[in-house]
Amino acid sequence: MIAQQVLNEWYPVAMAAQIRAGQRRVTQLLGQPITVDLQKGAIVVTGQGGALHVTEAFGHVWACPGTPAHDLFPIPEALEPGRRLVDVGVVRVKCSPLRAVENFLDIAHFPFVHTDVLGAEPHTEVNRYEVQIREDSDEVWATKVTFYQPQAAKSAEGGIVTQYMYRVPAPTAAVLYKTCPNRTDAWDVIGIFVQPLTEELCDVWPWMALYDDVTPQAELIAFQQMIFLQDRSILENQIPRLLPLDPGMEIPTQADLTSIAYRRWLKKRGLTYGAQMVAA
Amino acid sequence: MIKLYDYVLSASCYKIRLMAALLGVKMDHEAVDFHPGRAHKSVAFAQLNPAGTLPVMVDGAMILTESTAMLVYLAKLAGPDWLGPVDAKAAAQVQHWLAFSGRLAASLGMARLHDMLLYQGDIVVWREQGHAALRELEAALTERRFAGGEWLVGDTPSIADIACFPNVALSQDGGVSLDAYPSVRLWTRRIRALDRFIEMPGIHRLHELSPAPKVA
Repeated sequence: MIAQQVLNEWYPVAMAAQIRAGQRRVTQLLGQPITVDLQKGAIVVTGQGGALHVTEAFGHVWACPGTPAHDLFPIPEALEPGRRLVDVGVVRVKCSPLRAVENFLDIAHFPFVHTDVLGAEPHTEVNRYEVQIREDSDEVWATKVTFYQPQAAKSAEGGIVTQYMYRVPAPTAAVLYKTCPNRTDAWDVIGIFVQPLTEELCDVWPWMALYDDVTPQAELIAFQQMIFLQDRSILENQIPRLLPLDPGMEIPTQADLTSIAYRRWLKKRGLTYGAQMVAA
Repeated sequence: MIKLYDYVLSASCYKIRLMAALLGVKMDHEAVDFHPGRAHKSVAFAQLNPAGTLPVMVDGAMILTESTAMLVYLAKLAGPDWLGPVDAKAAAQVQHWLAFSGRLAASLGMARLHDMLLYQGDIVVWREQGHAALRELEAALTERRFAGGEWLVGDTPSIADIACFPNVALSQDGGVSLDAYPSVRLWTRRIRALDRFIEMPGIHRLHELSPAPKVA
């Protein structure tokens, strides 16, 4: 039995451009079979009990299997003129959807998993940063994050200290804002949209809104796929497989503040699909 | 300069990137949007490679579309030792493993595309065929170890090793574990320890071992 709070959230289920091109996607959402396709020019998501609530945003199709508790979160930066919007495409990962989000929020693994790209030894220290659960938007935010990166983006030349903000606006979606190598007055925006197929299997859709007029699209996609696929083998080997929301075997440190806030936020809101509630 | 039409997650493209790195050959790379764009199946790409596969290597007027041919080309140009010994038996064995690498791509490689990028097909058959190929490789490498050898053919690494390495090292991506194949695991470790080795997503560099703990 899936909690009503879980059913009332929005989840990504397809890349909009692929459905609009006539592809039909037969997939799963929260363990139930669904189909995403185009009917009379409109994108429709059909489950066993009929049509689901649907919205289209940030290049992807989002569905809510229950009664939407709220509108899908906004990413205002996505609408700014001059940004390149990049659909990175789906990658399937055998892990809890919540683990996929949590990994995206983690900084400490950069030097070890994304060696010589997003981090490098001996620059392994995670400097202090701030985390809050914002009351007005009910989102988790991490701000004032800084990290030394040898190649922060495809457009970066040489190492820079990158600034980051992280944001969790939905149970299985996260957005980060990071220093744009091409512009000092703007952030690059990178999202990770996670479709929970089951509690231990997910389809992950990375997405980007960048200021970069130079790099070919295929290279931008390849760079982000390289990063995410470096994470994949780590994610598939994490134990316990479900994300523990209660303290137990895992001992968080100062560097894990965002993850702790994310877990508390999930627990407070009863968003426990993919989570483990009893201390392991 | 040699140009490689490349895709970062492709085992076959990595084969060529790895060989070039080990030989110290510099190439131009052009990223192809294999996923999600399927640019390798586009009309424009068919002009270059009617088979619609990656990688493609272009050097002057020559276009190569088979990765094993690219390995031969790079080795002939920059490191003939990598072609393996020249006696009849060894030369035949190198050819055997180059062809065998196609079986790895058609089994372990397809299982990986299925599990990772949602390719449609019979995952059970692909994994079974992958295990069958791994058993064959394990037997061969074990025989080589009994004879004091570390590589598939001869006393030094060759294009045979590089051809077979990527899909084996990435087998876990397709749900095929190497736990049952200790000689294969040792061999993948040996390749990762080569000077100038480069990694790809899913194939990690060999980290230095920590010093052994002191026993009181």
